Amino acid sequence: MRPLTDDETKVLFEKLAKYIGRNIVHLIDRPDEPYCFRLQKDRVYYVREDIMRKATAVGRRNLVALGVCFGKFTKTGKFRMHITALPYLAQYAKYKVWIKPNGEMPFLYGNHVVKAHIGRVTEDIPEHQGVIVYNMADVPLGFGVSARSTVDMRKVDPTGITVFHQADNGEYLREEDTLF
Amino acid sequence: MGRRSKNKQDVPLPLELDQKIDGKVTKRLNDRLKYEAIRTRKQQESAQRATAQRAGGNARQKPAANAAGPAPSTNGKRKAPAVSKPQKKAKAAAKPAAESENESESDVEMAALDAPDDGWDKAVLESDSEGDADSFDGLDSDDEEAAASSEGAGDSDAEDEEVKQMPLSLLGDDSGSDDSDAGGGMESYDELDTDSDGDEEDGVTFRDMEKRSRRLDAAREEDEELARMELDEAEEVVEGERELFELPSAEQVEVEKDAPLDLSQVQLRIQEVIRVLNNFAQLRDEDKSRNDYMDQLKRDMCFYYGYNDFLMDKLLQLFTVSEAVEFFEANEVARPVTVRTNTLKARRRELAQALINRGVNLDPIGKWTKVGLTVFDSPVPIGATPEYMAGQYMIQAAASFLPVVSLAPQENEKVLDMSAAPGGKTTYCAALMKNTGLVVANDASRERSRALVANIHRLGVSNALVCNYDGREFPKVMGGFDRVLLDAPCSGTGVISKDASVKTNKGPEDFEMLTRLQKELILSAIDSVNADSPTGGYIVYSTCSVTVDEDEAVVDYALSKRPNVKLVNTELEFGRPGFTSFRGKSFHNSLSLTRRFYPHTHNMDGFFVAKFKKLSNKIQAADNTFVVPTGCGVKIKQKKKRAQ
Repeated sequence: MRPLTDDETKVLFEKLAKYIGRNIVHLIDRPDEPYCFRLQKDRVYYVREDIMRKATAVGRRNLVALGVCFGKFTKTGKFRMHITALPYLAQYAKYKVWIKPNGEMPFLYGNHVVKAHIGRVTEDIPEHQGVIVYNMADVPLGFGVSARSTVDMRKVDPTGITVFHQADNGEYLREEDTLF
Repeated sequence: MGRRSKNKQDVPLPLELDQKIDGKVTKRLNDRLKYEAIRTRKQQESAQRATAQRAGGNARQKPAANAAGPAPSTNGKRKAPAVSKPQKKAKAAAKPAAESENESESDVEMAALDAPDDGWDKAVLESDSEGDADSFDGLDSDDEEAAASSEGAGDSDAEDEEVKQMPLSLLGDDSGSDDSDAGGGMESYDELDTDSDGDEEDGVTFRDMEKRSRRLDAAREEDEELARMELDEAEEVVEGERELFELPSAEQVEVEKDAPLDLSQVQLRIQEVIRVLNNFAQLRDEDKSRNDYMDQLKRDMCFYYGYNDFLMDKLLQLFTVSEAVEFFEANEVARPVTVRTNTLKARRRELAQALINRGVNLDPIGKWTKVGLTVFDSPVPIGATPEYMAGQYMIQAAASFLPVVSLAPQENEKVLDMSAAPGGKTTYCAALMKNTGLVVANDASRERSRALVANIHRLGVSNALVCNYDGREFPKVMGGFDRVLLDAPCSGTGVISKDASVKTNKGPEDFEMLTRLQKELILSAIDSVNADSPTGGYIVYSTCSVTVDEDEAVVDYALSKRPNVKLVNTELEFGRPGFTSFRGKSFHNSLSLTRRFYPHTHNMDGFFVAKFKKLSNKIQAADNTFVVPTGCGVKIKQKKKRAQ
């Protein structure tokens, strides 16, 4: 377990900014307690500082996880967001898409979001921006990248893809072996 | 139900039939009577149209009116018990009885089917249907029968033939509206009718047929008699009032080893032995000791339920014999699926509503928990709903709520879950602490800790620290916890309904290994707690096993080794108190504060919960010095290093 290097921090924050924009500040400067990012075996964990301090007592080999895993660094140095970061992304999300009940299961099985399934959309989503996907009851389901801007979405035919799938809650079941 | 209620309304049996068939009307018989009645009626109607209109005018309507009066009232009352009674017997008694009935009946039916070829269809029908009644009633001659029926019908004026057939025609007449559910059988009869209509004049073989059918009746009666005897015998054995039960001899036991009896016989013997054991003074065989009976019972139960001898011994020591059987039976039935609402993400009412909208049938578990729901049935897999994936609930056995309820972690505390995977209890702790403080989730298995991490993340727990140590290392890795939950690895005798392999694969060496491990773990757990904690200082020890070796014995060991802890009330409202003495061993008195849970009494997995309070961090050694114990003293790290 170690703090992130500057490069790593930069890559991570660039990625995070796609989903929550300037709200990253709220992750770092929390009013309640100080939180920090820590790297442990290529995974990035977002954890309260006092927990982090206590975790120093645990050997590197024996430490499995702490706090909330945001994702992992690939071997090429890119950062991959995991579904486990969803609670925080959903909390500070800039761009949101709400999908209708009939689109819930297709999305949770790993499919892209098609126009017909969209119930509501935030205005002014640009193309290729990170969006958080909710169901109509405001429960976050996953996240992805917008395939089109909001304006263009209106013009697409009902089967056209509007949000590319990146991660969804179904991965807790599908990817349990590789995710953790 | 539907059929019966229908019958009540519109198929009153004619009086005389009702009298003949006292009590023993099976549904099958009833149906047959109906079918045959319909058949005869059809034949008759053609004949009657010719004869009856000429002679009696409305002879057919008169008896109908007669019978309609008294019949329905008696009928309704009589039929209900008659239908239910055979079912009960069939349960208690042997299939052979039913089979023989089937055979005999089908014989008769065959004859009936053959009849048209020979000619006189009516005769067969008549005697046949009487035969049915006869066999129950003991009446033999057709003449008597005819007389009785004519009296019963109260129709003296009409012609002989008509009188004879009247009751049946009545029945048929009334059941007219019931035809729709008579189904295929009736249709086939109808076909027969059309055939036989042409042959009706041909009455030469009438006598023959009558004889034949009587013979059939006799054979049938014999069968019935046999079946009844068999039934009675079976009942006698079940009731066991009259016959003294005898244990099988040593030779028999030897024989059975090679060629085991079938299960129903063994079950019967188990019941017998239990009955004897429960009333030993009166029912015993003077030459046999209680141990002989117990040995036989053990052998039979091992065979019947599939346990190994060792485990059977262990479990029989825990319970009285009849309770043990309940326990074993409960182990054959799956416990209800229960889920725990994740209060970090959802409220129980909203979750219940969401699941109900998916067609799930559920109910709160009980008054003792505010987060549990029992799922009765679900059209969707309960472990793959969007709510589950969103982390709103966790599938968790009701029993594994208990240690956490007892531990009652408070906000901002530092809590250790020593063997945490797959994380049901850990996440419950975190939920109770509202994601404040720290939950250290430890599990010795790396594979299982994967599932633990997955569950922790899915349920949105952010105050957890997951590590992968042998629990016995604990106060050295990290200490000073406010509360420690030790859900010790165990033999799993409480969860046999979930994992039946326990029945056979646990031997004495497993128990020895497990109990030693548990004793070491409990010392580590106790030493990891900070007694000076302002809010805590508690240790909860739980197992999903019901054996005393893994429960009370371990707790008693901990009490003797660590005088700085005492048992406190588990704060669980139900469950049985733990044993304070067991088979000559006596434990500390305070062990009555621990709680045991059984599958057969609480309908949850077998479980044991003990709660300690740590009084001081130091214990007094022999030479008046104070030491702070650090675990059980097992050196695991070095072993590990050598292994790597």
